[in-house]
Amino acid sequence: MADASTAAGYKVHPSEEEGVAREKLVENNRSLSWITSRVCGIVENPQPKLWWCLFIPAVLLFCCEVFTLVYLVSTGVGVWGNNQPVAWGWAIVNFVFWIGIGHAGTLISAILFLTRQKWRTSVNRASEAMTIFAVMSAGIYPAFHVGRFWMVWFLAPIPNSNAIWQNFKSPLLWDVFAVSTYFTISVIFWYIGLIPDLATLRDRAKNKISKLAYGFFALGWRGANRHWRHYEMAYLLLAALSTPLVLSVHSVVSFDFATSVIPGWHTTIFPPYFVAGAVFGGFAMVLTLMLPIRKIYGLEDLITMKHIDNMTKIILLTGTIVGYAYIMELFIAYYGANKYEADAFHIRILSGPYKYYYYCMFACNVLIPQLFWSRKLRHNLWVVFIVVNFVNAGMWFERFVIIPTSVARDFLPGQWGYYSATWVEKLMFIGTFGQFMMFLLLFLRFLPVIAIGEVKGILPQSDPHYPEWEAMRKKRRQGDSA
Amino acid sequence: MSAVSDSSEELFGYIAEFGSAAELYHAAEHVRDSGFKKWDVHTPFPVHGIDHAMGLGKSWLSAVVLCGGVTGFALALILQFGTQVLLYPTVVQGKPTNLYTVPAFFPVLFELTILFSGFATLFGLLIFMQLPRWNHPLFNSEFFKKCTDDGFLLVIESRDPRFKREQTKEFLTEIGAGHIEEVYS
Repeated sequence: MADASTAAGYKVHPSEEEGVAREKLVENNRSLSWITSRVCGIVENPQPKLWWCLFIPAVLLFCCEVFTLVYLVSTGVGVWGNNQPVAWGWAIVNFVFWIGIGHAGTLISAILFLTRQKWRTSVNRASEAMTIFAVMSAGIYPAFHVGRFWMVWFLAPIPNSNAIWQNFKSPLLWDVFAVSTYFTISVIFWYIGLIPDLATLRDRAKNKISKLAYGFFALGWRGANRHWRHYEMAYLLLAALSTPLVLSVHSVVSFDFATSVIPGWHTTIFPPYFVAGAVFGGFAMVLTLMLPIRKIYGLEDLITMKHIDNMTKIILLTGTIVGYAYIMELFIAYYGANKYEADAFHIRILSGPYKYYYYCMFACNVLIPQLFWSRKLRHNLWVVFIVVNFVNAGMWFERFVIIPTSVARDFLPGQWGYYSATWVEKLMFIGTFGQFMMFLLLFLRFLPVIAIGEVKGILPQSDPHYPEWEAMRKKRRQGDSA
Repeated sequence: MSAVSDSSEELFGYIAEFGSAAELYHAAEHVRDSGFKKWDVHTPFPVHGIDHAMGLGKSWLSAVVLCGGVTGFALALILQFGTQVLLYPTVVQGKPTNLYTVPAFFPVLFELTILFSGFATLFGLLIFMQLPRWNHPLFNSEFFKKCTDDGFLLVIESRDPRFKREQTKEFLTEIGAGHIEEVYS
């Protein structure tokens, strides 16, 4: 039994050894150079055929997105299905959907760093990349939703000839600041994390172009401890800054709705409910991407069942929080004695035109993830993959249920309306998936998908006191057998 | 004494390899105790506690970031009060334009504080590390590339006042260095 706990992967402190042996974070006693060559190999070796099979459709879909955007700008926002009263249709649904996906990346990189969850190291790089690409997809929608895209600079507080300033009391302007800050900080965090790994790629580069490119972005990193000590401080500070930031972003997004007076939107439960939903949907997307990446590139020793197990547990937790929020919304609508609120929810779940969206949402987000209570199902990768895809879909339905459903039926029946998306919106949404996949595949092709330096740091032999612990452990084992 | 001035124009220093993080840690303690100043360890990941073994203190990057945060906060205050109260008061959404407006200003105050702290972290870090610096004598060594893979390297520079060509090499062997290489600038 003792052998299992002394094998590589998890730093076994002598005091913990008597308890339950923890699962290893890197399997099969891998060495430092094995980690380097396995992760760098993904970038250095030719990509599998599957990469091209995914990349070419992704680029084609991206072209569809560009086409729909050009069509939109040249014709007008009327090509979308938005109308009165439903001025916020798919564009805002998709914006909230994409921005929510980003949250898992920051949660892994920042909150799990502050709480010293060592398992984050194998998944943080790819999740942070996912965050950035998801926010890029999200940003398309509000930017074009303004109608006249060339006037989008009006969002920035720049002195202009009309002497008009932005309304800083508006949640929409808060949103501009929140999302752009989130994107910028995510890029900075990601890039600082990449510097040592770019240096690794630079030092392994065979041809001149990659040597120059990686060398340029590695900034001349030498792995010096006089650098590392500032670097670690920077990483800690960025984690501390990102933690409230990630919680604030989706809160601010929810303010867009919660500070209005539309029944169905005007609730104080929105900020925590949106944040839990964002983490929920984000982790589902992380798993959707990591499961195939792990399989295709042979990273099973680095992204172990332990990682997948932890992530499914987070999905179960946040999914249950989201389920609580759904039920609490209904309860308050019933108990709150506000007839407009009660009506809004009656329409939402029973009598309205969009009630099936609500049922889909509830099934995908609350019922199906309950399968993760079973350890056996959490360890069946096909089950995990299918469930997380239900969650991906469910989170989109959730945003649809919240946004168009509420505005389509507000106070007076005279102003009720109906909304359905046009082909432009549908193609644009599929197109943003193309854009997301395209950037993600380019990331896989050119950058290390796993934070090499960070994974090395959690190996047991990376601890400077490893030999002393090893000696103590040996001594005790001899004592046991004697 | 002559050994220092003779060859130090050419020689940048010694790179010494150690077998593991633990060996490097103890070697660093020896180098620290011998009074060397111009030296460093180069590792593929930050070795826990080696700052202490090298005699380095806390990184004060946090002070730079605090300044960045305060700047962002002040800028957001000026931006919001300046434009909303002084330059262009818009009385909309039932929100007044005076001190009672402050709650509506919280989100942007928060976001700009974080944004400026983030930039301060990035640029402060680069200044503290004196990077980017794309050329460095250490890059002349092929062997040095190990430090981004699995090498635990210790570098003593020849400009250190205690550096002596022969004695320092012996000293490195004594404290357990495996491979020792000279680097020329």
